[in-house]
Amino acid sequence: MVSFTVFGVPSQALFGQLLLGLINGSFYAMLSLGLAVIFGLLNIVNFAHGALYMTGAFVAWFLLQHLGIGYWYALILAPIVVGLLGAAIERFMLKRLHGLDHLYGLLLTFGLALIIQGLFRNEFGSSGQPYQIPDELRGGNNLGFMFLPNYRAWVVVASLIVCLGTWFIIERTKLGAYLRAATENATLVQAFGINVPRMITLTYGFGVALAAFAGVLAAPIYQVNPNMGADLIIVVFAVVVIGGMGSIMGSIVTGFMLGVIEGLTKVFYPEASNTMIFVIMAFVLLVRPQGLFGRTM
Amino acid sequence: MNMIRLLGASALIALAGAANAQFTDGVIKLGVINDMSSLYADISGPGALVAARMAVEDFGAAAKGMKVEIVGADHQNKPDVGAAIVRQWIDADKVDAIVDVPTSSVAFAVNDIVREKNKVLLISGAAASDLTGPRCSPNTVHWTYDTWALANGTGNAIVKTGGDSWFFLTADYAFGHALERDTAAVVTANGGKVLGQVRHPLNTADFSSFLLQAQASKAKIVGLANAGGDTTNSIKAAAEFGLVSGGQNLAGLLVFINDVHALGLRTAQGLIFTESFYWDRNDASRAFARRFAAAHRGNMPSMIQAGVYASVFHYLKALEALKADGNGKAVVDQMKAMPTDDPLFGKGTIRKDGRKIHDMYLVEVKKPAESKGPWDYYKIRATIPAAEAFRPMDKGGCPLVSG
Repeated sequence: MVSFTVFGVPSQALFGQLLLGLINGSFYAMLSLGLAVIFGLLNIVNFAHGALYMTGAFVAWFLLQHLGIGYWYALILAPIVVGLLGAAIERFMLKRLHGLDHLYGLLLTFGLALIIQGLFRNEFGSSGQPYQIPDELRGGNNLGFMFLPNYRAWVVVASLIVCLGTWFIIERTKLGAYLRAATENATLVQAFGINVPRMITLTYGFGVALAAFAGVLAAPIYQVNPNMGADLIIVVFAVVVIGGMGSIMGSIVTGFMLGVIEGLTKVFYPEASNTMIFVIMAFVLLVRPQGLFGRTM
Repeated sequence: MNMIRLLGASALIALAGAANAQFTDGVIKLGVINDMSSLYADISGPGALVAARMAVEDFGAAAKGMKVEIVGADHQNKPDVGAAIVRQWIDADKVDAIVDVPTSSVAFAVNDIVREKNKVLLISGAAASDLTGPRCSPNTVHWTYDTWALANGTGNAIVKTGGDSWFFLTADYAFGHALERDTAAVVTANGGKVLGQVRHPLNTADFSSFLLQAQASKAKIVGLANAGGDTTNSIKAAAEFGLVSGGQNLAGLLVFINDVHALGLRTAQGLIFTESFYWDRNDASRAFARRFAAAHRGNMPSMIQAGVYASVFHYLKALEALKADGNGKAVVDQMKAMPTDDPLFGKGTIRKDGRKIHDMYLVEVKKPAESKGPWDYYKIRATIPAAEAFRPMDKGGCPLVSG
């Protein structure tokens, strides 16, 4: 057998891997953004995030399979459906844990994730359902150094728009200011006549709608699979820890950055590609426990 | 009244006990252990439990006075988890035979324990050919397929039609390494070349990066030495990244009917690979498959699930002849001494090294227009006769054969 090493990687191949890293990073960014919003404003460590991402993908599949509703509508409808589900979870379950230790919310959402995934696995098995790429985004372009499928290019663009839009709303608008103020001092904000409990419910719904949006984007790339969220959520939590819990911009930047680092690992030492992020997490925790973009609490 | 019922019940239990006195604690206990929840769960998983139950039923164990119990567990594709469960099963729960055990790394661990405890291991899901090679055991029967047979069937067919330069996408554990090694041997033996390989972690979601490396290799054939969800994800990504339109071809070295079902014919059409069982091959397999589907959410059986059925069936036959289940090696010797005959794999034998011998089939996935409906997926291109389908016994390096 001919032996072969990839250490002399040509620069062309490197560009390709950087671009792929950005594409994977956009999923990390969207998911960790939702987690950061929920943690930053609600103080809930939302372990159900991966399960709701998967639910988003399944809603898109269901819409197409049973109602004949295509990808572009699903991109709007699935986040709404999952957002409402999330709002219901907040209103009827998480709310009861308000004021208790983080650990309770973590356990509740973790349990919910296991139940949701188990139900889907029981119904649909583990190999997943096919979901085709919409016709408008089929094919791709040869960039010289790699073949870039149109759909993947769309994923990066869509994810950037959603991430920056979310950052803008929270950091630069009046609504965002209310939200941030409510996190600092809920009683005072309520005294100004703002319905804080409703705002919290809507924020949670919005956070998980982001996850569902990512799920719909992922559906044509991967199989629509009950395990898709479980495999991803641990990585995404590592991203949040590295970026700093609760930092909106931090989670976006870290998401893309780690996607790129992971992509490079896949060239230089592919066997380690799914542990690399955790190595970085351990290192960041040692050197800067509050995360790269986090403030000391 | 209650007293009489109680007495009646005790008498029945005593009778059953008398009939089963030859079996340890009066019960034949089978432990089906596999991936119940992750990437291999559909090809093996809960469906393997269904198949094992059907085998016990069809064998008519109850009517023959044999009391059979089946337990199941999820080894999560982790050798340590699998080993702990199997030890517990044998030591505390009195399990007599371990069944299925996909994921070769787990199978190796279980293989050693079963041998140490002198029980029986009926392997269907694991593929590494070392299980009947250097790691062979007098307590193990390897039923359905192995990496050598897959390489021999698929590798040969592809090299002979001009696919003479290869790049491998390999799952980074015992099974992937064995499949890559066995296929590379077939490729070079037929005058082909291996240009390189990339090893990806088990259960990877995104294969685009690895495919880019495969594209850069300029190999004519990209061989997928992986299985289950890893294979379907590789094939999907290959379609997306224009691997085939770039002049390369995919060789799925281990593809199951459930993978084809999950991908859809539009993506999977034209794939060529090797199977040991296809549900729509003859009346007996169709009859089995329909009953299986009725009991398992409408899914047709994979070759692993069919292998679980057939191996349990033959195991029970050996026990019936031997009238004892305590000595695992003696049971496996009896299984080897008797020719096998079941509705799914037909007539066959088990060799001294533990390898079960039967025909293998080179199949091609139908185009969407050729398929009459769900699960009508394969055209059988060639039958590889049993005598040629598996590695010759003297080439495996099994100490049971040479020693």
